[in-house]
Amino acid sequence: MLQFYQPQPDFGTPLRESEQTVSLTIDGVEVTVAEGTSVMRAAADAGVKIPRLCATDSLEPFGSCRICLVEIEGMRGKPASCTTPVAEGMVVNTQSDQLAKVRRGVMELYISDHPLDCLTCPVNGDCELQDTAGEVGLREVRYGFEGANHLSADKDTSNPYFTFDASKCIVCSRCVRACEETQGTFALTIDGRGFDSKVSAGQDELFMDSDCVSCGACVDACPTATLTENSIIDAGVPEHSAITTCAYCGVGCSFKAELRGNTVVRMTPNKDGHANEGHSCVKGRFAFGYATHKDRISEPMVRDSIDQPWRTVSWEEAIAFTAARFRGIQEQHGRNSVGAITSSRCTNEEVYLVQKLVRAGFGNNNVDTCARVCHSPTGYGLKTTLGESAGTQTFASVAKADVVLIMGANPTDAHPVFASRMKRRLREGARLIVIDPRQIELVDTAHIRADYHLPVNPGTNVAILNALAYTIVEEGLQDSDFIADRCEEPAFAEWLAFIQEPQHSPEASAEFTGVDPELVRGAARLYATGGNSAIYYGLGVTEHSQGSTSVMAIANLAMLTGNLGREGVGVNPLRGQNNVQGSCDMGSFPHELPGYRHISDAATRSLFESHWGVSLDPDPGMRIPNMFNAAVAGEFRGLYCQGEDVAQSDPNTHHIEAALSALDCLVVQDIFLNETAKFAHVFLPGSSFLEKNGTFTNAERRISRVRKVMPAQAGMEDWEVTQALANAMGCPMTYSHPSEIMDEIAALTPTFAGVSYERLDEQGSVQWPCNTESPTGTPIMHVDSFVRGKGYFGITEFVPTEERANRRFPLLLTTGRILSQYNVGAQTRRTANTVWHEEDVLEIHPHDAEQYGISEQDWVGISSRAGDTVLRAAISERVKPGVVYTTFHHPVSGANVVTTDNSDWATNCPEYKVTAVHVEKVAEPSQWQRRHREVHRLQTSLLAEAGRE
Amino acid sequence: MTLSLYISGDTTARALGADALVAVLEVQAAAADVPLNIIRSGSRGAFWLEPMLEMDWQGKRIGIGELMASDAEGLLATLLDNPESHPNYLGEVAELPWFANQHRLTFARAGEGDPIDLNTYRALGGLQGLERALSLTPDAVVEEITDSGLRGRGGAAFPAGIKWRTVLGAEADQKYIVCNADEGDSGTFADRLLMESDPFQLLEGMAIAGIAVGATQGYIYLRSEYPRAQLMLNEAIDAARLAGVLGERVLGSDKSFDIEVRLGAGAYICGEETALLDSLEGKRGMVRAKPPLPALEGLFGKPTVVNNVLTLAAASTVLAEGAAAYQAHGTGRSRGTLTVQLAGNIARGGLIEVPYGISLREIVFDWGGGTRSGRPVRAIQVGGPLGAYLPEAQWDLPLDYEAFAQAGAMLGHGGVVVFDDTIDMAAQARFAMAFCVAESCGKCTPCRMGSIRGVEVIDKLVANPADTAQKILLEDLCDTMEHGSLCAMGGLTPSPVRSALRYFPEDFGLAAEAS
Repeated sequence: MLQFYQPQPDFGTPLRESEQTVSLTIDGVEVTVAEGTSVMRAAADAGVKIPRLCATDSLEPFGSCRICLVEIEGMRGKPASCTTPVAEGMVVNTQSDQLAKVRRGVMELYISDHPLDCLTCPVNGDCELQDTAGEVGLREVRYGFEGANHLSADKDTSNPYFTFDASKCIVCSRCVRACEETQGTFALTIDGRGFDSKVSAGQDELFMDSDCVSCGACVDACPTATLTENSIIDAGVPEHSAITTCAYCGVGCSFKAELRGNTVVRMTPNKDGHANEGHSCVKGRFAFGYATHKDRISEPMVRDSIDQPWRTVSWEEAIAFTAARFRGIQEQHGRNSVGAITSSRCTNEEVYLVQKLVRAGFGNNNVDTCARVCHSPTGYGLKTTLGESAGTQTFASVAKADVVLIMGANPTDAHPVFASRMKRRLREGARLIVIDPRQIELVDTAHIRADYHLPVNPGTNVAILNALAYTIVEEGLQDSDFIADRCEEPAFAEWLAFIQEPQHSPEASAEFTGVDPELVRGAARLYATGGNSAIYYGLGVTEHSQGSTSVMAIANLAMLTGNLGREGVGVNPLRGQNNVQGSCDMGSFPHELPGYRHISDAATRSLFESHWGVSLDPDPGMRIPNMFNAAVAGEFRGLYCQGEDVAQSDPNTHHIEAALSALDCLVVQDIFLNETAKFAHVFLPGSSFLEKNGTFTNAERRISRVRKVMPAQAGMEDWEVTQALANAMGCPMTYSHPSEIMDEIAALTPTFAGVSYERLDEQGSVQWPCNTESPTGTPIMHVDSFVRGKGYFGITEFVPTEERANRRFPLLLTTGRILSQYNVGAQTRRTANTVWHEEDVLEIHPHDAEQYGISEQDWVGISSRAGDTVLRAAISERVKPGVVYTTFHHPVSGANVVTTDNSDWATNCPEYKVTAVHVEKVAEPSQWQRRHREVHRLQTSLLAEAGRE
Repeated sequence: MTLSLYISGDTTARALGADALVAVLEVQAAAADVPLNIIRSGSRGAFWLEPMLEMDWQGKRIGIGELMASDAEGLLATLLDNPESHPNYLGEVAELPWFANQHRLTFARAGEGDPIDLNTYRALGGLQGLERALSLTPDAVVEEITDSGLRGRGGAAFPAGIKWRTVLGAEADQKYIVCNADEGDSGTFADRLLMESDPFQLLEGMAIAGIAVGATQGYIYLRSEYPRAQLMLNEAIDAARLAGVLGERVLGSDKSFDIEVRLGAGAYICGEETALLDSLEGKRGMVRAKPPLPALEGLFGKPTVVNNVLTLAAASTVLAEGAAAYQAHGTGRSRGTLTVQLAGNIARGGLIEVPYGISLREIVFDWGGGTRSGRPVRAIQVGGPLGAYLPEAQWDLPLDYEAFAQAGAMLGHGGVVVFDDTIDMAAQARFAMAFCVAESCGKCTPCRMGSIRGVEVIDKLVANPADTAQKILLEDLCDTMEHGSLCAMGGLTPSPVRSALRYFPEDFGLAAEAS
């Protein structure tokens, strides 16, 4: 349904929650509200809008604009309704001649220092100053306009996405407060005093030179045209909008896509979105331009071999070509010779269809997903210990945490919107423990300092987690009642004996972890005794040879201290991609049908068999690494790769490239000709998140709608393409809308039984499990008992990785993310976000840099037993001596040329986070990088030929 | 025998030449080989007599005033021989009418002896209030303050007992006592004088407040323009800690209380209590909206007593002498004594402590002796830069909060600035707005923008008095600032402007309004 554009409703001051209610009368209307509510918000409840400028319901009341003054019987003067809390029996008048006069008087002052260029102003018609001038009935400005003013103040256009026009500023401090309260960066301030007061980024710097992270909170908060999106300045205010879900990280922010016709002119964070509650980051808020980038490919293409030019074909031909190739391969090499990789960036419905195509159409279980290479150990570890392959909490839970433990995650870069929520709680006084080899921003940032930073050596997570558990047990800090009540006794007894072994003491394990035992003991005491303790972890936990063991050790810690099953606690994986939770839920793993039910389970299988009308292979299929090994061996010959760039993102690039080159038919479905597509025979142009309907599931199990706001560039949404391919391969699919796919998922999956598009429209979003027991969803899991019944303490023996620093490879390379770029960068590199991160660099500690004779900006050769690449050096004390660090957002960086094929013992999740390397100053890029450039040039020319046809 | 002399070490006396006088005396003593002990007492506040020398002579404390080093030839000999023979001989200091007619409670000790000698402080009756407070329950201490009728001396005159009661009743793991020593009003210096002349009294008052409300930490927010006070306070704090008056066990009790001095950075607005708290927290000094009251959510969000220097100092008097004794002074709801600071164009400037109820005329003429220029007094501004300008018709007002409020004026912190008949009241009105331009924190719009428009409108009005629209606009602007401003800075700036316009219209080129 078309939603005409209108600003989101604003109640003036934040919602207050209280069991106590207060009744009062406002303009003769009686209203009852929660204690602590402002008079302004109570008035809104009573249907009275009090004019205002400095108040907005996302920020604490400030009381500076003096427009919202009211009269309260028995109270002196004219209190500001935003800062005055309600009281029982209060009688408030919001309208009187005196109030009207004061409001007009204040507005007259504002306008005496404001350019009267409304008709040519970019926010004409969408401006609170304009609206309020109208509301208070300002008719003249008797001061004239020749007095002191700021009309010639300079514009700051340094940020690529928004402009700061100080001449329009009313100094309401909403931007400053948004930067503090909402984002927590403290980049903005008011400089000067009195009439000279002005908004200043940093120490009177340009926005781009300040600490600003371009989250857009200030732009959102600005009531005038002072901070305006450049897209609005260029295109004008939107005329309609739709609520949708961000396609970047696993936070899954809800956005209003605001459009003029089919052009998105702005993405505005949705205040009613439960994941983000009106906040955003530089990616979701601004970096959507990739969707209309010139590199988008909008027609299907095929070729017989990868050294041939692409041939642009019709959808019919592309589908027929693919179906024939796959059938041919299967006829010649057997049913198991083909498979598919699902994408964590596609919708639940699209992922579901691909796994259905594999199981019902290909007739095997060779389906895997990119979660294999990120959070598969989370699935394994949490399922084993707690019984469900998902995080236990809702994001809002962090507001009730007293102790936050972050391990192997860098939320301010990788999950920035959740990080802001976390930072708010930390500023309120929650204590912080960070376990990370690198000094992430949260260790020491504005108004936040970690109580404990344990700079653990890469690859020794299990050792440090065991040391924490050892300390808690040794010092008798465990929650024995919780354990007795909620956990399996024999397993716990066995674990207890195990953990008390002397090698687990902080002192003994320091040999491996490199962490001062006193720090470990202090952190253990704090975690165990600090009140509600919550663990947040990321790929720094999972992407190890003992990733699954670490996840189990984390769950053990939470169970040991009773930190599960309520708000403020829990075990929270921070998911990397927008729908990595969903793609796992949808049965993307070779051994699991949707809802994490094993393929060998006959009852589950028969449920799907009867619904799909086929018989299913009871044996698990190949995992991604198995597929590549089999491809190199010639046994696996056809791969359908949905929206994933394995050539860039998977470890040991040489091996991946060999495997891809060996395939007879590689089908890539993507919006860009990515690195993997350079090895492809069929290119199926994908649809971006703006071009299709569906759902994403975020890290808190929240299922949110993705809504189509523009036509699919290639004419078909991804699910329609998969459906066409399935039909061509004799696997009938007849969905007319993704809602029907969701209905099928709900019918076949107990944890999704209550999910439907109707419910999503009604609630906005739903956290699974959603079924008859919890019809509106489940924010907190394992409340009274664990999903598996009793919690299971798994034995977590520390086994050092084989990937160890030695004489030949003396340093350990670990990898991570940066705020402005996302994953392989396919999207963000095609936006102005590149101004923040033009290239990946190698962070190296000054001591190591000195030892290896490396200076800032030098080319550094990095070699491991798998391969070598070259990056520029960035000397930094964020890493500790002996550890180097990089990101992998740019293909040419070749970070994964260096990473090895070591992987998690349980799930084969690659050990991206530990690679023993040698570094040296070099003069030129590596051989792989030179070859990569050549391949890139060649493939680009082959693509250009397709364009000429 | 050693000759002991008292010469004030306070900022004003030193500015007037006290240090040079000391140096000359020391040279003369060395030359004559006379053992000399000069005690740098605090000033008694009779600045018109500084530099003043006092000594014990025949059982009396006698004084010699206006003693400049340049006129000190043979001074030592005169003092040794017969000080009464000195032309500037004042006689017994306490008997001088200027002092004898005052009623000194808070400033009783000022000028008596070494301000940072704790023994002197004790000998002069110090610490009795604290000792008594320690013998009472917190509730009883607050009750004493309430019964004494003590009101805040910073300007707002809020009953101290109610404030203390609120903090006492607040549940918190930490509470604070904050002393507002950001004395920024024009023509005021009482806080400084107390801190330089009798700093222990402030420390004692703060300790009493701490014991009363359950606070263990006090901060003195001192304006950076008071380096001497900073020195005296810090030395007094060190001495008090050493003697166990401050610290873990106050006077051997189980109560702990400590004090730290923090310096401001030159912003008038930081004398406003909430801006002061922001500044004390290390932030830019911006006025906070109330509620929450600082008594409930003050410094670092904790319950906090914020009181002026004189209020806290008076608490020691109240506890030492009892609520009834204190309450016996004053008039109406203004109890105790008022510290008037006489400044501006005044013959005998200085500090006068008197019970509430005396008239402005008595202060300015009986104590002050009229203008220094000898010209007629035309206007008196009471209560700092935000106070009204009073014409002669209002000089008989009793010094009483309510009486002043009724007349559209305020007592404020007790600053009295006198102007003679050469003053241009339109320029003074403009200055009031200009002061607000310079000192507004910039948070609320009426103050931030209204003040600069005020300057502009007054300029236009004076340039063309016939433009009645400008007068109406100025009056409307004053209404907007008064009713709309977040704090008293913007809210009271109209007060001097309006009074100038109303009582001295001729200075704006306007005809007097028919009343």
